[in-house]
Amino acid sequence: MSDFPATKSKPEAAAHPAIEKALAEHKTRPGALLPILHAIQDAIGYVPTDAIPHIATALNLSRAEVHGVITFYHHFRSSPPGRHVVQLCRAEACQSMGSAALAEEIKAQLGIDFHQTSANGAVSLEAVYCLGNCACSPAVMIDGQLHGRVTAQRFQQLLRTAEEAT
Amino acid sequence: MTATVFVPRDASSLSLGAEAVAQAIVREAAKRGDDVRVVRNGSRGLFWLEPMVEVATPTGRMAYGPVSPGDVAGLFTTGFLNGGRHPLSLGPTEQIPYLRSQERLTFARVGITDPHSVEDYESHGGWRGLRNALDRSGAEIVEAVTQSGLRGRGGAAFPAGIKWRTVLNTAPGQKYIVCNADEGDSGTFSDRMIMEGDPYVLIEGMAIAAVAVGATQGYIYLRSEYPDAERALEAAIRAAQESGFLGENILGSGKTFRLEVRRGAGAYICGEETSLLESLEGKRGMVRYKPPLPAIQGLFGKPTVINNVITFASVPIILDKGAEHYRDFGMGRSRGTLPIQLTGNIKRGGLVEKAFGITLRELLYDYGGGSATGRPIRAVQVGGPLGGYLPESQFDTPLDYEAFAAIGAMVGHGGVVVFDDTVDMAKMARFAMEFCAIESCGKCTPCRIGSTRGVEVIDRVLNKEKAQANVELLRELCDTMVNGSLCALGGLTPYPVLSALNHFPEDFGMAKTSPAEVARVS
Repeated sequence: MSDFPATKSKPEAAAHPAIEKALAEHKTRPGALLPILHAIQDAIGYVPTDAIPHIATALNLSRAEVHGVITFYHHFRSSPPGRHVVQLCRAEACQSMGSAALAEEIKAQLGIDFHQTSANGAVSLEAVYCLGNCACSPAVMIDGQLHGRVTAQRFQQLLRTAEEAT
Repeated sequence: MTATVFVPRDASSLSLGAEAVAQAIVREAAKRGDDVRVVRNGSRGLFWLEPMVEVATPTGRMAYGPVSPGDVAGLFTTGFLNGGRHPLSLGPTEQIPYLRSQERLTFARVGITDPHSVEDYESHGGWRGLRNALDRSGAEIVEAVTQSGLRGRGGAAFPAGIKWRTVLNTAPGQKYIVCNADEGDSGTFSDRMIMEGDPYVLIEGMAIAAVAVGATQGYIYLRSEYPDAERALEAAIRAAQESGFLGENILGSGKTFRLEVRRGAGAYICGEETSLLESLEGKRGMVRYKPPLPAIQGLFGKPTVINNVITFASVPIILDKGAEHYRDFGMGRSRGTLPIQLTGNIKRGGLVEKAFGITLRELLYDYGGGSATGRPIRAVQVGGPLGGYLPESQFDTPLDYEAFAAIGAMVGHGGVVVFDDTVDMAKMARFAMEFCAIESCGKCTPCRIGSTRGVEVIDRVLNKEKAQANVELLRELCDTMVNGSLCALGGLTPYPVLSALNHFPEDFGMAKTSPAEVARVS
């Protein structure tokens, strides 16, 4: 609750430029909230909590409504991700090809569990339920790039390649 | 002479290295001074052969695969630009048995055309359905769709024509066409293959729906896990607008249809149509009560046609070749074809479009070649995470909505997930409940609370705490979820759970059930 002091009806600080831009581009569209949240997260990697009052004011919603939408969807994050986002499929088709064991190996490699970011800020690990690559299981997405028939060894190479590219 | 080489650009082929192969081909051609045009097509859906490279020859396309960048120089040396033999040769693409024996109506162009080219689409029979629709009344278009027997391919199998007629019969005014592209079922990717491999067929299908019911605005609600499909759709919508197939005054008809892509945000429940509409309106994806039906009060409270990608993509051929042409495929009340996705632990996974009526056994062994691991296939889940698990004794069931319903299973969106004999079916049952708990929208109690209790009860059974009594409790819980849930998530999660329990009781530490007992409880 401390994030939403009830007495403040207007946001005080100026919004992040990415937030201003997202609002300017999308706020008049029907059903604008998801496009706005996507635009912010695409630009800065997450939807900061202090964006909520700005969005609420622009769309004439309560802060609770905006917060409720952000937290409903698995995709939106409220804190910055690691430099690389790894999404590992946990759904049935990948399980049939050993994704549970792969997940354990990847967690051990990175030293983190699902929905955590490694201590050096390099990698965030997310569980997803189907990447639509079910004839090439197990599937992993790294920074929006899909990979099929992933093994622990191949994952290590893919992550190294991603790190070298940044 | 310019040689034309095809390298797929769909997400699955890219996930297996198709981009590096395409680049290697461009580099090698430049090095050798060969005149090569590389077309980035959709996948043919033969994923054990991807990246599969094709070359256009005077006698048709020749296929090579699976190709890695290291193979490229060798391919050039053996003269693959003229269809020359190579250890990776697969012969003429159309003669590959997996492909030759299919009945590709909806997927007729996928892998053949350049998915970015409006002209290529048109020269392969595209836009004919829309042109025909523009010459007909709304009622005539709806009648054609009804007569074709097309049922919703997203999973619920509701007759598309009836849905469209309901919207057509509402008073004139703002109406919407919404495409459900939130393909969240594990074991499915046919929507994605269409959007990446032949996006214009979806656009054309939606435009026909708009012309039929008098809608002017459409949305494609696309899951966020499909960035490649999003790029393909955005490009296709732009090109279709520029060529006069979308926007104002479509093909000079005076009719308007605007289309945009809206990205979902990783919520499985948004594949449920009313939850999807809430999400499109910018809200939490909470399921709505029905009635009112979306056809009467849908998006922003207005009459809305909402169908799955494959449903819309099947409409152009119906309007082009006639309802009878489509209806003549299939069996019983399941008319036309179904793009089936063979996935999981399968040797030859891919996309198989066939008329309804093919059996699981034919799919698993004739097409699929058995399991990927070479071990016996023990169980198959059809229809996504809410579909039942089928044991070997049910593999002769024909793919048909009614035949599947009769054995407590469902065809759903046509996903087939294969498991070998190392699978622990109690774990899969537990996962079904766990998944429901993670993805429940929380509106109704049987789903929101029942799924969590379901995980706990299964854990107690597996820990042998009053196992028999807890199995009874699990059945009662499933009964409550089936009968008390607001939508299919809570209402169908018991199907994988109970089918696992009934067909594989030994995995739960129970005695093996006789077939008669299975028939009684399922």
